[in-house]
Amino acid sequence: MKLAVRHVTRYGFDTPVRRLVQSLRLWPSQFEGQTVLDWTVDTGSAIDGAGFRDGAGDWTQTASLRGPVEVQEITVTGTVETSDLAGVLRGHRERVPPSAYLTATRSTAGTAELRALAADALEGMDGATVLDRAHALCRAVNEAIEFVPNETEPHTTAAEALAGGQGVCQDHTHVLIALAHAVDIPARYVTGYLMSTEDSVGAEASHAWAELWVDGLGWVGFDAANACCPNDAYIRLGSGFDAGDAAPIRGVVDGAATETLDVSVGVVDGARQSQSQSGGGQEQSQSSDGASQSQRQQQ
Amino acid sequence: MLSRTASHLYWMARYIERAETTARLLQVGARNALLPDIGGGYRNDWDAILRASGSLETFREKYSEPKQRNIETFLFFDTDNPASVYSCIASARENARVVRTALTSQTWDALNTAYQELREMRRTERSKMSLTDLAEWTTNVCALVRGAIDNTQLRNDGYHFMGVGFSIERADNTARLLDVKYYVLLPSLSYVGSGLDQTQWVTLLRSMSAHRAYNWTYRGEITAGRIAHFLILNRQFPRSLLTAVQGTCDHLDHLARGYKRPSQAQSTARALLAELAEAQVEDIFDEGLHEFLTRFMGLNAGIAHVVQDTYLTGEPA
Amino acid sequence: MAQDDPTYFNEMLTGSDVRAAYENLGRWQAEMPADLRSLKQSEAEQLFRRVGITFAVYGEGGDPERLIPFDMFPRVFTSEEWRKLDRGIRQRAAALNAFLADVYDRREIIRAGVIPEHLVTHNEAFEKAVVGMRPPKNVWSHIVGIDLVRTGRDQFYVLEDNCRTPSGVSYMLQNREIMMRMFPQLFVENRIAPVDGYAGLLRKTLASVAPPKCEGDPNVVILTPGQFNSAYYEHSFLADLMGVELVEGQDLFVEGDFVWMKTTEGPQKVDVIYRRIDDAFLDPLCFRPDSMLGVPGLMNVYRSGGVSICSAPGAGVADDKAIYTFVPEMVRFYLGEAPILENVPTWQCAKRDDCKYVLENLSELVVKEVHGSGGYGMLVGPKADKATIELFRAKIEARPENYIAQPTLALSTVPTFVEEGVAPRHVDLRPYCLVGEKIELVPGGLTRVALKEGSLVVNSSQGGGVKDTWVLAE
Repeated sequence: MKLAVRHVTRYGFDTPVRRLVQSLRLWPSQFEGQTVLDWTVDTGSAIDGAGFRDGAGDWTQTASLRGPVEVQEITVTGTVETSDLAGVLRGHRERVPPSAYLTATRSTAGTAELRALAADALEGMDGATVLDRAHALCRAVNEAIEFVPNETEPHTTAAEALAGGQGVCQDHTHVLIALAHAVDIPARYVTGYLMSTEDSVGAEASHAWAELWVDGLGWVGFDAANACCPNDAYIRLGSGFDAGDAAPIRGVVDGAATETLDVSVGVVDGARQSQSQSGGGQEQSQSSDGASQSQRQQQ
Repeated sequence: MLSRTASHLYWMARYIERAETTARLLQVGARNALLPDIGGGYRNDWDAILRASGSLETFREKYSEPKQRNIETFLFFDTDNPASVYSCIASARENARVVRTALTSQTWDALNTAYQELREMRRTERSKMSLTDLAEWTTNVCALVRGAIDNTQLRNDGYHFMGVGFSIERADNTARLLDVKYYVLLPSLSYVGSGLDQTQWVTLLRSMSAHRAYNWTYRGEITAGRIAHFLILNRQFPRSLLTAVQGTCDHLDHLARGYKRPSQAQSTARALLAELAEAQVEDIFDEGLHEFLTRFMGLNAGIAHVVQDTYLTGEPA
Repeated sequence: MAQDDPTYFNEMLTGSDVRAAYENLGRWQAEMPADLRSLKQSEAEQLFRRVGITFAVYGEGGDPERLIPFDMFPRVFTSEEWRKLDRGIRQRAAALNAFLADVYDRREIIRAGVIPEHLVTHNEAFEKAVVGMRPPKNVWSHIVGIDLVRTGRDQFYVLEDNCRTPSGVSYMLQNREIMMRMFPQLFVENRIAPVDGYAGLLRKTLASVAPPKCEGDPNVVILTPGQFNSAYYEHSFLADLMGVELVEGQDLFVEGDFVWMKTTEGPQKVDVIYRRIDDAFLDPLCFRPDSMLGVPGLMNVYRSGGVSICSAPGAGVADDKAIYTFVPEMVRFYLGEAPILENVPTWQCAKRDDCKYVLENLSELVVKEVHGSGGYGMLVGPKADKATIELFRAKIEARPENYIAQPTLALSTVPTFVEEGVAPRHVDLRPYCLVGEKIELVPGGLTRVALKEGSLVVNSSQGGGVKDTWVLAE
């Protein structure tokens, strides 16, 4: 499928900040499931730093702005030809060993409840393949956490999300990673875009899902929010241990200011008429110099 | 030089100068308190001192009564008062510690020893120390540090940043001391020229270690005009505004020459110097001494601001 | 001199005979009047305080600027003894660097089955962010501090490796300065190899790993967490000796392809950063987002070849106590040589059999936390009371993978000035090996001494002191 993306992120500061530095991972991954037809990341008046492909295969680049900065806008536009590989990340070049993704972070730290959910999900599956077990874990997360926006926060952990029983795709993904770790399956957080259809949950096209390591197949994507594996409606950007580590935009400002963040993302079938959705006005507060900003995937 | 290093040296100098000024203010206050109570009297005197050191509000929050003992402790030892001698010496020493390697061991020793002694003094029974002794100790250790700097520091950019700090702070402090006397201390204008007026002038001169110097220069009679000339426009008196601003200009010139780049700080300071060099005492009194001093302190602070922007942030404006 | 305990190797005496290397010192000490000694001791203390060499211990309160006690009795190595140590240390530093280059690249040592994969990759010190990187000259750990103890004439053991930012080198240099100043005659009578070339060597080492994008003379800086760090003195001391700027995170910023330093003459490009802050705090855009000590964007510049960071982020995976066991294997695997320095035999509590042995013999063993350092969280079995032993038993049973155990080593002793005169006290040694274009180390190191009688813990946080360390010239 040909998917067209337009993703605008706009940071506003009530008091101009002295400097803004951002690390961007906004470029589609290179693997057999997607081919970039055209792609631009416009950082406005920011100075772009040298880009590089990291060990996990993600293209990374720095953007910096000398102050006073009141507004920073990043516009991503592009078209990607996708195909459905049933979630398998085939042909992706990376060098980080899968076993490195057994490491938990604050967001994905295991608890007795998470381990119990994993055990329940896998009951009676002793002889099952890793792939079948992974699917079972994905289903369990989908059932345990209802998709409800605005009930959780960017810093909600897997354990907290499970206790609340509600959340957005970030929470589904953190919980799935924690469950996978509980049964020694390497797992990681993936960011990207999803062309929404009538069936998929959420109102926005920015998306996140998990990848679990399946011997023989390699990394396989699992979208616990939608209880499925990524297909040709998905565009993959990058990965990390958790939402913070994988964030497509990580930034730090020098200066004390209250930050407002507006994100609008549209992903459409490139062959059809374009449409755009907008989400907005999410308030993040920055209390002091060097406070960090980290964009959150809303769905 | 790292901007932060320059900034620490600059602030080290400012705090040393400020410690000395607080001690001198204390002397003025203590001496004035010995004078007969006229008008607002004693209480107003101390208010004026606290106001001049910029710490009246802090004092009032902490102490209900402006007893002399309270004020002395507050101005000398209190860590809650950022302008106390203790706070200033501790800040100067902390700034120095961070850039220890930019200082000679003589400079560091002088400042560090002062700090260690002060810590000892803080633990000593207050009744065993006289205010005069404390104030004298302060002016002595400040002279020692300054002497160490002058005699042992390399004449590089770091030296000139210290010089800028000393001069800017001194200009501000002299203006403040003078303003206290003229605007705040005297209960009302009708006292100008009175016996009280005379006595207060003498106290002010004494506090600046300038009483005898004044007599040598002006031969006797103390008039407001002569004192203003002495403290504002006299090129020989080391604490006069003109001398201080001249110092700022000189150090900024050295910096600009060393960096082979003229700076806006230079031109800002030169403008103020030019004005002072041309000024006559009569003009100052026409403008009003208080008005003149207020304006001067604003312009002097303006130089500090440009120095900050030009050199101390690392991104020249 | 106090009676000697034959279970410990005394570096000065065999029985009552003084070894040749110590002959002059023996005479010097015997001829020194008691009053001169105390005079010199207080002179030394004043000198230390004057230069500002102080040490703060986290969480201990008290004087934040207290001194580490300095013992005037030097520790001596013959040139022959040193030759072996020198070769062994350089060999070990080479192997540790080869290991780091390998685990972030092809991981051959894991493929070959020499080291279990999970010990490396499922390790907090393993940095996913630098996988596939190749730092200049492929050097990862530029300053390797190797902690050694001696138990016999020819018997040395490596206690642990420090591949991140080993501290204490300023004491090595200052101890020598102060000895030369107080006892110049000793340096005339003995031919002692100088150590003052260290700063020059360090600067040369750092400059030799300038990034590919650096043209001309590289701008080297030391990055410190700031004046409140316990090793701040050392940071400023080294910066001063090398003639480089001592910077904090707030002095640096990232713009375009490079890292810049804020100076009174505007931004100046930085090429090599000798950092004395932990990986987690280096860059809030890559590691801990709440770090105020680091430089946002630094890792991106590093990974795209705009700046060198020494030691390389991720180097800590080589000095983990669980990896330590395998260092002799690394020497064989990467260098094809027999290890010159031995490890202390170590039991991994993560292994069931080892753990059983450890729990049965707690009163004879030293137990350490796998990720601990600084002598904290450590059990010295023979010196511990019952309650402490039981406490550790419970801790090990709860999380065996967190602990390793080693036999209680009979640390050698060196004569040390004590209240009653001179008495043997236990010592260790930390030499500092520099790895850049070449692998070099100055003849000497930091000797730490346990000042309490009978104590085997030399950490300065627990009553340890320091000594000047001499290597006699050939």
